Amino acid sequence: MTKVTLTVNGKTVSRSVEGRTLLSSLLRDDLHMTGTHIGCDTSQCGACVVHVNGEAVKSCTMFAAEADGAEVKTIEGMANADGSLSVIQAAFKEHHGLQCGFCTPGMVMSAAALLKDNPKPSEAEIRAYLEGNLCRCTGYHNIVKAIMAASGQDVPAVAAE
Amino acid sequence: MPKDEGIGASSKRREDLRFLTGKGKYTDDINLQGQAYAYFIRSDVAHGTINSIDTSAAEKMPGVEKVFTAADFEGVGGVPCGWQVTDRFGEVMQEPKHPVLAEGKVRHVGDPIAVVVADSLSEARDAAEAVEIDITELEPVLNMKDALKDGATKVHDDLTSNLCYDWGFVEENRDAVDAAIKGAHHVTTLELKNNRLVANPMEPRVAVAEFDSSTDDYTLYTTSQNPHVIRLLMGAFVLGIPEHKLRVVAPDVGGGFGAKIYHYAEEAFCTFAAKAVGRPVKWTSSRSEAFMSDAHGRDHVTKIELAMDKDGQFLALRTDTHANMGAYLSTFAPSIPTWLHGTLMAGNYKTPLIYVNVKAVFTNTVPVDAYRGAGRPEATFQLERVVDKAAREMGIDPIELRRRNFITEFPYATPVAVEYDTGDYHATMDKLLEMSDHAGFEKRAAESKKNGKLRGFGIAHYIEACGIAPSNLVGQLGARAGLYESATVRVNATGSISVMTGSHSHGQGHETSFAQVVADMIGVDEAQIDIIHGDTGRGPMGMGTYGSRSIAVGGSAMVRATEKIINKAKKIAAHLMEASEGDIELKDGAFTVAGTDKSVAWGDVTLAAYVPHNYPLEDIEPGLEETAFYDPANFTYPSGAYGCEVEVDPETGKVTVLAFSAADDFGNIINPMIVEGQVHGGLAQGIGQALVENCAYDENGQLLSGSYMDYTMPRADDLPMFNVDHSSITPCTHNPLGVKGCGEAGAIGSPPALVSAVVDALQRAGHTDVTHIDMPLTPDRVWAAMKS
Repeated sequence: MTKVTLTVNGKTVSRSVEGRTLLSSLLRDDLHMTGTHIGCDTSQCGACVVHVNGEAVKSCTMFAAEADGAEVKTIEGMANADGSLSVIQAAFKEHHGLQCGFCTPGMVMSAAALLKDNPKPSEAEIRAYLEGNLCRCTGYHNIVKAIMAASGQDVPAVAAE
Repeated sequence: MPKDEGIGASSKRREDLRFLTGKGKYTDDINLQGQAYAYFIRSDVAHGTINSIDTSAAEKMPGVEKVFTAADFEGVGGVPCGWQVTDRFGEVMQEPKHPVLAEGKVRHVGDPIAVVVADSLSEARDAAEAVEIDITELEPVLNMKDALKDGATKVHDDLTSNLCYDWGFVEENRDAVDAAIKGAHHVTTLELKNNRLVANPMEPRVAVAEFDSSTDDYTLYTTSQNPHVIRLLMGAFVLGIPEHKLRVVAPDVGGGFGAKIYHYAEEAFCTFAAKAVGRPVKWTSSRSEAFMSDAHGRDHVTKIELAMDKDGQFLALRTDTHANMGAYLSTFAPSIPTWLHGTLMAGNYKTPLIYVNVKAVFTNTVPVDAYRGAGRPEATFQLERVVDKAAREMGIDPIELRRRNFITEFPYATPVAVEYDTGDYHATMDKLLEMSDHAGFEKRAAESKKNGKLRGFGIAHYIEACGIAPSNLVGQLGARAGLYESATVRVNATGSISVMTGSHSHGQGHETSFAQVVADMIGVDEAQIDIIHGDTGRGPMGMGTYGSRSIAVGGSAMVRATEKIINKAKKIAAHLMEASEGDIELKDGAFTVAGTDKSVAWGDVTLAAYVPHNYPLEDIEPGLEETAFYDPANFTYPSGAYGCEVEVDPETGKVTVLAFSAADDFGNIINPMIVEGQVHGGLAQGIGQALVENCAYDENGQLLSGSYMDYTMPRADDLPMFNVDHSSITPCTHNPLGVKGCGEAGAIGSPPALVSAVVDALQRAGHTDVTHIDMPLTPDRVWAAMKS
């Protein structure tokens, strides 16, 4: 067992973990933060994307021990301090960018990482960036729209196309 | 002017807040005190005899509670099938036993053989390595036509052959169809495959069960589209638990698309094991397990023939399909290639004579059942593809050929036993041509040509039967259940409302759209209404969500229950205002007496119902809670015109979808935003089937596409922005909301439009011998077609 100490959504936590424990299971099973989802076992689906030291990471590709000393942000830490939805979260709601909600945490975390590096992405850049995030419900249409809207770009009203 | 609230408003979804903040509660998020973990040991061969299973070493491993095998399930029922098809000779289908754990033989890669239950998942997994299983491999049965040959190896030794049934529909028309085809001016023939798919909801399946020995109560939390159906099937047929002792909860469910309708062995296992080991038992599917244990979809091999007169009028249609059932019959499997497929073969056309033959075949593959559309995509694909081919052979524009044969008068009784209540197929076709700028296509094609690309346009017009289904009809057709839906509307003393519906939402947004309907009927804010679903302990018996039935059947039940509420509330209001009940009107949440300024608020009436001091107790009971069960009079028949524009790279065969337009007639719309989202998702799945998805087995029955490394899911950069419209509305005539359902349309109409677009691109480039390419249209297949 290895002791890891990390910051999750601004709170410092310590746990003893096995060497094989993944960051995703540290979050879900040890810290009971079930907003980060597991949708596959080959690091393809992106439902488990979190931010580690500000970078988007699939938390199933990283051992918990590797996160020792890191600053981790998950979907639970994305809302504004007053509890209201952040701009990206609000855009997903406004533009119906989610249906079953299972891929949503990963989508929101990926979108936030994209907009940090590229504040006004084109539609093609958004689609290319989401290569590693699978959604089976939305056909991506409204996810792309939500991200464009969150970046301050005009998008047509949802039901008036 | 768009509405802000109620029916027709694009109300934002109330579900979203919890999903966007990580507070959704999916089954895998549920952990019960003291729970053990189940790890399934599955067959790694397609077909084999189990000689021995030695669990002794594994039982001694750290943390292991127990290792289960078939021997532990003696006296327990098999996983049941919910539909019995009768073949064209009047005999019932062959129905093999489907044990919870393999008995004597394994019949597909992934067939569960043994289960380790241990303190932790890693201990269960480690112990599984120590279970010794000796299997003698047998020849796998894979090709459906070979499986039906005399002397073929059998999947089930106790059946007479690998044929589940040989179904003919309508059998009495068989000779007339043959004669009409023989004598026709022209017959277009097409042989095609409808590729096997895996539904792949992003949330893998999970089951967590507990047993309370002090009360004999079981609770199962499971990823299901229909928890009441699971309670019925598992309780009555597998484990023998009466309904009042078995609660099934399907909390937030991360997508279903059909794959979460069925009762699976893992649900029964966890429920059974929870009692056996005396602690809760949890199983979470990995994605790899999902590929080899979730029911697959499609997998039809078809020959279709369309006979026409010299003007292109359709005279007769004959279709011959082999449908793969896999190794066992999944819950609804037998109904998919028959009653959800054969009955749709008329499509939108006045074809007077139709004969459908379907041979359902057992193979050593994962069971196949409904996947978004379920039978209707298979019907639409072959029909629309043969019509497209016929148009080329007859030298008639494919749009014109369709228009010549469109049904225009309703109700219309098809020769395949269904009656379409409404529709306007010319309207959806007109709308599609407008929104896809069909008139500008040639100019765009010339532009592509200049860039060295081949541009093509493909069209499909679909019909589907939704709002499943009238119980007396489906009972005659072999269903072992009714297909009504239920709702309880509970008005609380202060006027807030809790609606318990038997429909289940796993992405469809019922918590929002169902509330819109009740809010509209009563005239209160949507925020005053909560929609409760997914728990057999909280709502009346319901049949769940599939077949685009939720708003058409579940919504109708809710309307009926709300009508009862309003009727009773009017009686109370009449008493409070000392007026005649017939003069009471309900508008904007207040009761008024017609022709007077007397008024009483909704909340005053509801309070009176629960504090009945001034109340007509001699006439009506206190309280304000009503339940309704709604059984539909007919299916609903959404229809629409879909257009796909593609560019093919002649150097590589790569297909790019440039534009996809969908003009649907869903009848009345409750929430346009949600409806559009449903169409987007359906289109992505249909385009995925046509372009990239394929579930493949090798010659040994090994699953080649067993993970996201090798089963291609459509990604954001495979798809364009979609152009969708639902302004062509012919309301359903037989349900109170005039709604038809929208969940499956996108997946039904899109594959033939895409394939026809690629064929069009190739034809325009001079590849006139290319009349069809089997899905998925991967670069190598398209390139090979161009070089053939």
